Amino acid sequence: MYKRGIVQVWSLEQPDWHCKIDEGSAGLVASCWSPDGRHILNTTEFHLRITVWSLCTKSVSYIKYPKACQQGIAFTKDGHYMALAERRDCKDFISLFVCSDWQLLRHFDTETQDLAGIEWAPNGCVLAVWDTCLEYKILLYSLDGRLLSTYRAYEWSLGIKSIAWSPSSQFLAIGSYDEKVRILNHVTWKKITEFEHPPIIANPKIIVYKEVEKSATVETQKLSFPPTRELASSLFSIPSKYDISQVPMSLQYIKPVADRANPRIGIGTLAFSPDNCFLATKNDNTPNAIWIWDIQKLKLFVVLEQLCTVNSFQWDPRQPRLAICTGNSKVYLWSPAGCVSVQVPMEGDFQVLSLCWHSGGDTMALLSKDNFCLCYLEREEVK
Amino acid sequence: MGDWKTITVPAPSSVLDSKNTSQYTSEKKMSPSSLNMQQVLRLPLPSSKSTHSFFSAFCTEENVEQSISYLNRELTTLGFPSLYAESKGKELNLISILNCMNELLVLQRKNLRAQEDVEMQHLKLGSDMDHLQNCYAKLKEQLEASKREIVGLQERDRQLQCKNRNLHQLLKNEKDEVQKLQNIIASRATQYNHDMKRKEREYNKLKERLHQLVMNKKDKKIAMEVLNYVGRVDGKRGGWRTDKTEARNEEEMYKALLRDYEQCQKQLLVENAELRKVLQQMKKEIISLLPPQKQKPRERSEDGIGPVLSDLEDDVGELNKENMWELSCETVREQLTNSIRNQWRMLKNHVEKLDNQVSRVHSGALTDKDVISREDHELETEKLELEIQHCKEMIKTQQQLLQQQLMSPCDDDTTVLLQDCYLLEERERLQEEWKLFREQKKNFEKERRSFTEAAIRLGLERQAFEEDRGTWLKQQFLSMTCDSKYLENVKTQSATSGSSDQDNHLMNTRSQQKKPRSLSSVPTSAELCQTIQHTPYSSSPCAISNKTTEESKPNQWEEIYREETE
Repeated sequence: MYKRGIVQVWSLEQPDWHCKIDEGSAGLVASCWSPDGRHILNTTEFHLRITVWSLCTKSVSYIKYPKACQQGIAFTKDGHYMALAERRDCKDFISLFVCSDWQLLRHFDTETQDLAGIEWAPNGCVLAVWDTCLEYKILLYSLDGRLLSTYRAYEWSLGIKSIAWSPSSQFLAIGSYDEKVRILNHVTWKKITEFEHPPIIANPKIIVYKEVEKSATVETQKLSFPPTRELASSLFSIPSKYDISQVPMSLQYIKPVADRANPRIGIGTLAFSPDNCFLATKNDNTPNAIWIWDIQKLKLFVVLEQLCTVNSFQWDPRQPRLAICTGNSKVYLWSPAGCVSVQVPMEGDFQVLSLCWHSGGDTMALLSKDNFCLCYLEREEVK
Repeated sequence: MGDWKTITVPAPSSVLDSKNTSQYTSEKKMSPSSLNMQQVLRLPLPSSKSTHSFFSAFCTEENVEQSISYLNRELTTLGFPSLYAESKGKELNLISILNCMNELLVLQRKNLRAQEDVEMQHLKLGSDMDHLQNCYAKLKEQLEASKREIVGLQERDRQLQCKNRNLHQLLKNEKDEVQKLQNIIASRATQYNHDMKRKEREYNKLKERLHQLVMNKKDKKIAMEVLNYVGRVDGKRGGWRTDKTEARNEEEMYKALLRDYEQCQKQLLVENAELRKVLQQMKKEIISLLPPQKQKPRERSEDGIGPVLSDLEDDVGELNKENMWELSCETVREQLTNSIRNQWRMLKNHVEKLDNQVSRVHSGALTDKDVISREDHELETEKLELEIQHCKEMIKTQQQLLQQQLMSPCDDDTTVLLQDCYLLEERERLQEEWKLFREQKKNFEKERRSFTEAAIRLGLERQAFEEDRGTWLKQQFLSMTCDSKYLENVKTQSATSGSSDQDNHLMNTRSQQKKPRSLSSVPTSAELCQTIQHTPYSSSPCAISNKTTEESKPNQWEEIYREETE
């Protein structure tokens, strides 16, 4: 509850257990768990400080001068270390903490103008630090604070919008405002390839799935839900399915307004599949489409075109299965075997604004503004 | 100029003009009548038409003397001799008249010729003049035209230069603009940075102030309510933060880093080894693909495969050895890559050569004997295919026949007969074989029997022989010790030898063997024992040698047996 500055914690195993943290006049802007689940990091208003509340010892620690940026805190995958971006005297610094006892391990400055984000590699040994979008610059630091490499693709134009590490830490994908994704390799930290996102797809080897609306009369769906709900859902939304489009085809292209800040262009979201085989990207110039690239061949594999703008997508943590939501009451799943559009069976209007997979891989949570629902995926028996 | 004919200019009309006379004479003081007369007189040769009239006009019957005197006067003034015979008399000198006439004619001819010449020259000059004038006119025109062209080209040149200058100017302008914009961008960037820093400092100051306020307030609200303490993840109690823990944390960090680097290195080594293996395989395959041309010295000139191949083989040997130890030093890597590159190049050359040959074959020019032309190749393949088909058909038919024989029911008489035939054949064959087999068996049994008999005999013989030997040796021993008994021994020996006649040759050999021994030195008892021991050993090879001669043995032994019995 950001406005009141209160964080409430409940236990899943002991329903009686309850914790309430009140920041008071300091205010609350952001709050997150530590990886061991025993500390809560609260960022106060105006990014004055970060308060680390410990649930084990009821102790408090303060971290001064945190940076107010998109991604200022990053935990390693194994949860041992935390990297925090700071800014003092108009210079950016990075502090590395050991999560077990919050000891400051390393503190070093970065060669950035205005740090926009940091992210650990999944192996926990390399930290990627990227600069503001006015400058295309990404710096790679090792765990002990040494600068390993710098990468700049071009000058003057708008730079990095988003990055993603591959699960094996072999590749670093950088999405930028020039509608390209550049992939660096972990041995030399040099670019190995670029992926372009043109609005016209001409290569006949690429499969394009286009979401089309099914005519309302065809109601012979084999759903295991009672018919009343089916009727109810069908009143509010028209079911849809995927069709394979003929290549060459062109995607819906939105020309951005030139004189506004933060234009909706460039590669806004990137995500690697957990088996390191696919990379899903979204170009904000064509916000209805998701591009899926085959990393083994470094080529475009599939393009999914939705009817509405894609809000978010996330890979299943266990398999190469992508779940997509576009703000309507459907959730879409893609895997190399095919793709499907699933209606969320809720009464009334349920707009799926975001989704989140369970780490086990068979469940996901679909979140709307005020509600959320859990979706269970049945595993098929392979005989 | 051509021939110019003298055209006598006809005199103007018979009308005598004063002008005409003025042309010819300088005298102008003449009376009108005399003038008229003079005019008539001084007229040039008249035309044929008016000759008579002229002639009659000048001198008539009335004025003969006057005309003569006039003529005389004129001629004397011209330099001719007078017409009169004397200066006073009125008698005419005919000779002088004739001379004067002649002179006048000659003069007239000369004048005509001169006139002709002059006229010709005049005409020539006129034509030359015309020609020159034409040339002049043409040149003038050309000059005009070229002047105009020059002017036009100059105009164009000027225009192009203008354009060029304009474009240069534009380019310069653009460059200047770009430079300006870049400068503007740079300056704006610095300005923004400066402003940002200023604002940030202000912001930091505000934050500090706010921080102080917040800290100072010591708001009681800032608190955490928790029902109970939650245990730590690893179940241990929290520890104080000391130097030791700090050092441990550092250590942990470095360990994690090292672990990662080691893993990376291991992966890279594995990949490296795999790639090297692949390269080695490729190298071997390439070597095997290349034709074995190193024996031909001629090939050296073409692409020097010979020495390179031998070098390569050396390299291969070396590299194989080295790679066994998996060295990763620079030189090995370089050698490997260089050798693969060389081989690949050779393979490429070879393939190109083959391609050229194939293309030549396509075009029809077959020069290389080694290359089989495509048509031949195709023919051969067709032949082979036909053969294969034939064979397949044959196999099929045979299979069918076999199947028929195996599977067909017994109602068919012919098949039964056939079966019987086959069976009979087989039976006969079997019987023959049985016969052979029985004969052989019999033979073998006979031989076995004979061998057993022979063996028995041999055994008996051996026994007897052994006994004899034993006695002989005893005798010898005794003879050696005392000579007196020698004779007896000899007797006994002769007795035994008589019985053991069969072993004469054997004995002889043995005695020959032993003689040198006995003669050479007086054997000691040990040596005798040795000889006694040796003899059974030496007998065995002899016995074996005897046994090996299987065929002759039974006869031999039969003879011996017979001798023995005798």
